[in-house]
Amino acid sequence: MSLDMYAEEILDHYRNPRNFGKLERPDARHRELNPLCGDEYEFQMKFSDGAVKEIKFSGDGCAISMASASMLTEFSKGKKISDLKRLAPDDVIKLLGISVSPARIKCALLPLSILKVCLDKKSDV
Amino acid sequence: MTLNVEKIRKDFPILGRKINGRPLVFLDSASTSQKPRQVIDAVRGFYENSNANVHRSVYKISSEATDMYEGAREKTRRFIGADGYHIIFTKNCTEAINLVARGWADRNLRKGDSVLSSVMEHHSNIVPWQRLRDKGVSMDFLDINDEGKLMVGSLKKSTRLVSLTHISNVLGTINNARELCRISHENGSMFMLDGAQSVPHMKINLKEIGADFMAFSGHKMLGPTGVGVLAVKKEIADQMDPLLFGSDMIKEVTLEKTTFAEPPIKFETGTPNISGVVGLSAAMDYLSKVGMENVEKHENVLTKHAIEKLGDVDGMKLYGPRKARSGIVSFNLKGAHSHDIATVLDEFGIAVRSGHHCTQPLMRRLGTTSMARASFYLYNTKGEIDALVDGLQKSKDVLKL
Repeated sequence: MSLDMYAEEILDHYRNPRNFGKLERPDARHRELNPLCGDEYEFQMKFSDGAVKEIKFSGDGCAISMASASMLTEFSKGKKISDLKRLAPDDVIKLLGISVSPARIKCALLPLSILKVCLDKKSDV
Repeated sequence: MTLNVEKIRKDFPILGRKINGRPLVFLDSASTSQKPRQVIDAVRGFYENSNANVHRSVYKISSEATDMYEGAREKTRRFIGADGYHIIFTKNCTEAINLVARGWADRNLRKGDSVLSSVMEHHSNIVPWQRLRDKGVSMDFLDINDEGKLMVGSLKKSTRLVSLTHISNVLGTINNARELCRISHENGSMFMLDGAQSVPHMKINLKEIGADFMAFSGHKMLGPTGVGVLAVKKEIADQMDPLLFGSDMIKEVTLEKTTFAEPPIKFETGTPNISGVVGLSAAMDYLSKVGMENVEKHENVLTKHAIEKLGDVDGMKLYGPRKARSGIVSFNLKGAHSHDIATVLDEFGIAVRSGHHCTQPLMRRLGTTSMARASFYLYNTKGEIDALVDGLQKSKDVLKL
């Protein structure tokens, strides 16, 4: 049943998102909007030695996208850029620990797409 | 006569569907309406008995198809009281608005002119006008008050066109079209009415309103998808260009030049959506038989019930006017996103829309990014609204609100 999506941990990350806020002078930032539903987030990052040193996100959206952003920022902190670039949609679903219904996959994966653009922007520098 | 909702529901095959073992409670008619058997049968009947291209051939079934298509045009004219107007079939309401933006405004507006719209508009009544900025035509927007009603001030001399929705697809606000048209004309501005949310739900007399243009869509009024309508005053049609060029819309073609057919055919380039128009024709028959006054009355009862019941739910924020509104009720539950509410409701077979409803400027104006929306039609019941309220209580449990 698709309501299993709203597990304790998901709702906790939704209500108390980790790494929520903004960085001073980030090395990379990217904002994206899901035009279908209006979910909107910005990721900001600082890098050092080929790894993500600091990461924050801000914005607004549903429980699934918010929890996904929150968990993804937690996961990314301290990780190598090259490793993060290899993250696949399945990895994010695994991270969320729930089965996401087809109608809500886009919500779950919006933060990953923002993260990836941010990492690519780092490569531009 | 009142409306017999149980009898009406039997005409809509989809309303017999079960979702997760529960009856489908369809509360998203502002997005698209469901179709009665009469409409589905009309489309099938056309393909089974009369399918041929229109305006082209001399044989029997082709003249039948042409009669059905042109008969639907006359029926549409009567349905919206558009004596003195051309009825142009488009593919949807959005295309109808674009036909005015590209076909009329692009040709007739100059640098320094402006178009007036409002913050409550659907993107379809904002984006087509924004494209005129390239030629120096600016846009102004009427604001709304706290109740969600339009605030109309004095119009600028540069305002050449006023384009407003009749009914907000989010707030349910019913704008006074006749008065807005009068103010526009007094200022020397043309007036366009977006009737997407009004034509399906109330008796319209376009001639009385006096709008120069009115756009609406067939699929929101029991018709098939793929058909929209632009009604335009006959004298204005001559100042308009078609959106597309090619077949059907011509009088004479040589290798050097083309003379165009007279309106409305001039604006219906290529083979039109004949079966869709036949379906829309059956939809108008259905609505006329029920009576638009009865549809409106029924929806008023449902809306009043919905506002009362939803207003009793803890943490509920309802948007739009309390009274004198259409059957569209948008809301948010404190601490929950509309998508999550809609996902839980779906589990119980209840279909509501969530998100920004193609009105991002309005969402921003109201300080939110999304809302849930329940919208009603002639086939909805009070019991379905009660099911929605129950579903919202369950949503609160699931989302631990």
